[in-house]
Amino acid sequence: MNVSPAAGAKCQVSFTVNGEAQNVLAYPMQRLLDVLRNELGLTGTKEGCGEGECGSCSVLLDGMLVNSCLVPVAQTSGASIVTIEGMSAHALIKPLQEAFLQCGGAQCGICTPGMILASAHLLEKKPEPTLSDIREGLAGNLCRCTGYMQIFEAVTRAARRRVAK
Amino acid sequence: MMVRQIVGASVPRKEGWDKVTGVARYVDDMVLPGMLYGVTVRSTIARGKIKKVSFDAAVAWNEYVVVSAKDIPGKNCIALILDDQPCLASEAVNHPEEPILLLAHPDRHKLRKAVEAVAIEYEPLPAVHTIEESEQQSTIIWGGENTFKSYLVEKGDVRAVWKQAAHIVEGEYFTGAQEQLYIENNGVIAAFDPQNGVTVWGSLQCPYYVHKALMTLCALPEEKVRVVQMETGGAFGGKEEYPSMIACHAALLAMKSGRPVKMIYDRMEDMVATTKRHPSRTRHRTAVSKDGKILGGEIEFTIDGGAYATLSSVVLSRGTIHSGGPYYWPSVRIRTKAVATNTPPHGAFRGFGAPQSLFAMERHMDRIAQVVGVSPVEIRRRNFLKPGQTTTTEQVIREEIDLNHLLDRALDLSDYAAKKTRFAEENKVGMRKKGIGISAFLHGAGFTGSGERYLNSLVGVEAVADGSVRVLVSSAEFGQGTNTVLCQVAAEALGLPYENVSIAQPDTTVVPNSGPTVASRTAMIVGKLVQSAAKGIKQTLTKTGLLGDNYTPEQFRTACREYVASHGALKSHARYEAPADVYWDDEKYRGEAYVAFAWAVYVAEVTVDLTTYSVTVDDFVALQEVGKVINPVLAAGQITGGVAQAIGFALYEKVVWQNGRMINNQMTNYIMPTSADLPPIRVFFEELGNVHGAHGAKGIGELPMDGPAPAIVNAVEDATGIRFCSIPLLPEDLFEAVRRGSPEQDVFSSTQGTA
Repeated sequence: MNVSPAAGAKCQVSFTVNGEAQNVLAYPMQRLLDVLRNELGLTGTKEGCGEGECGSCSVLLDGMLVNSCLVPVAQTSGASIVTIEGMSAHALIKPLQEAFLQCGGAQCGICTPGMILASAHLLEKKPEPTLSDIREGLAGNLCRCTGYMQIFEAVTRAARRRVAK
Repeated sequence: MMVRQIVGASVPRKEGWDKVTGVARYVDDMVLPGMLYGVTVRSTIARGKIKKVSFDAAVAWNEYVVVSAKDIPGKNCIALILDDQPCLASEAVNHPEEPILLLAHPDRHKLRKAVEAVAIEYEPLPAVHTIEESEQQSTIIWGGENTFKSYLVEKGDVRAVWKQAAHIVEGEYFTGAQEQLYIENNGVIAAFDPQNGVTVWGSLQCPYYVHKALMTLCALPEEKVRVVQMETGGAFGGKEEYPSMIACHAALLAMKSGRPVKMIYDRMEDMVATTKRHPSRTRHRTAVSKDGKILGGEIEFTIDGGAYATLSSVVLSRGTIHSGGPYYWPSVRIRTKAVATNTPPHGAFRGFGAPQSLFAMERHMDRIAQVVGVSPVEIRRRNFLKPGQTTTTEQVIREEIDLNHLLDRALDLSDYAAKKTRFAEENKVGMRKKGIGISAFLHGAGFTGSGERYLNSLVGVEAVADGSVRVLVSSAEFGQGTNTVLCQVAAEALGLPYENVSIAQPDTTVVPNSGPTVASRTAMIVGKLVQSAAKGIKQTLTKTGLLGDNYTPEQFRTACREYVASHGALKSHARYEAPADVYWDDEKYRGEAYVAFAWAVYVAEVTVDLTTYSVTVDDFVALQEVGKVINPVLAAGQITGGVAQAIGFALYEKVVWQNGRMINNQMTNYIMPTSADLPPIRVFFEELGNVHGAHGAKGIGELPMDGPAPAIVNAVEDATGIRFCSIPLLPEDLFEAVRRGSPEQDVFSSTQGTA
């Protein structure tokens, strides 16, 4: 892709972020990641690699898990987006945050927002995931600190607690 | 009622809630009014003279701030040890991606084209790219002999042992470069005004290293340089020395423009231009008795330091001292050196030289076992260091460590004996071969030798009128748990709840210099100082009659309020005092290298698939003695994370070099382990304690980087019979070895990491 994100004229894009309607003026090829961070001040979404490998910039886009560094903002017109700040917009986020805190699932914290959104997406599809479901479900989100073991524990704990309710 | 036993409890991470909610502020989350974005113009060649720099007239250069070496107010160097590395190259370049010019602009999208519009003409000079080329000295690129540093360790008379030896076992071992691959790239923001001087906010491990570098570069006094550590998204040593470079760059742009400047590397720049683990070569020649006892030996350990000295001498030192492993050597001669190549300088990375020389030692032990005709388990048993014996630097082991016990327990936890037998039977058929391997090792905590004495660390603790307590240290949090562990230590010392203690954001105008956040020293050395400083607060309150021996948090608060009202601020400091009985000779490299060692035995179980040539680690047992475990969840997280990183070092992470430049500088083609790649990493602790650490703590952070690679390669040999001596061990290396069909010969990876 050789298109500069700043090429062409800016356009209006309307979408919902964490349940709130947003209307931004942006270049069509601008990355959703930059619009979230720079235009909307939602800096909980992190950039790790800028090429869709690490998953730090994961958000939910109409319920799908996407790397926001790979999504041109023009594509999100009318979409509903959930970021780490969307605790009230997504019922699974808070229990996962608590479980990550208790189990040691976050160390340096830079992959954590993306990891929690990937976990929320996984638990939505599989409320009672096996260990291999979790390994597979999080394989697009890289963590350099934990070796993942305590993240697996956190996701398992959040799932159990939810099922127990 | 006194609150007890905060130390040893898995209290939640201090800044944990901010991290899981996305509220924690990393440097790229910060925006200052009028801020510019900065970028670096870098060398495209490995070595040469800069002939001409020209700027394409099509670019409106008046919109840009342009900085060259001429704009440096002070000394053009990144002050560290030898000060040989320029901040900006002016006449010559010595490695690809060496910084030459800096540009800044309010619109970050306009920077890439501007970089492309700068043309630099060079007169290329011959370059050196491997340890061997550097040693040949046919091209001299640094000093007189291409050598940054060399050490000689001599114990006993090794010349006498060869004729007594029943076996003389030789081996040569290699490890490749490794990228730290913290998920947050290097980044800083710098601001300048003539009144206050330079302020830098950044992602970094060592605020006072950056402080010193800025003072030297900007020719500013101590009080006119301020460094603030922001939340840091992983470091692993990769943010020990490099942040000084990027901070100096941003500061120069800020000084010239008078505006704040943000510099954040993208992943490709971070991987191609910043430090990596030193590639290494180790040669062993060992005299062994008939019954498998090491009589003595020669060890040659050489690391590739890259183009400038930076930290190579210190990395070499740790690699040197660890090269004999946890074994008793009646005599040994260890010769080591760090050599120069025209590659970006290699630098600090978790383990700091030890993972390299211990890989060699632990592979070599399996080799010795084969030659002698005993098992890998037995050869280690016969040679383990025991209390009262001395290490290669003649340090007497005073800890009551029982390595045989650690080994027995690790074998038991991994079901080693049964698996070994079963795999040997099962491997007779089929293309999937199973193997199991062990490694035994040690890791010295804190700075080497007299290092801690020179650091002279200072720590503060303050209590305010509302009874809350704040820890003041420059020791940084970057995931490993500094904030939490130091608050636990202070809370325990003061008998207060964990919630009543906080830690200051490292800011050189607020916190004293407690030393760099490196070398597995924080819990042990800084923790002990926090404990003393906290006790100092208690003593002050007791002495002034405001506090009794037993008190509630409520009484503590009242005492603080009264003290502050009548005396002012309540602060207590503690400075490092070297233990009187610790002796180290910097010249002869002899004596007590470390005040404490952590000890470990790891067991790896692998499957080698001879159809796909892949190696999978199926199970991993990590058993270690680390003194007191202050926070079990955090400590276990250090071990699992370190083991994962070391599995990458062994099996996945290969830096591909071309003329001194990393050419696979993307996460797409430099592969680190994902959640789907790792085995269960089972962590077990033993806690002997340590008189030099807070509550008996020793270092933990680096230890798990040392053992996994040799345990895995030992397991691969157990599975296949092929003797690999080089890591990373990739499927293509395995393919090549099997294709050659010579399992009895030593197999080196085809490239040694150099294309």
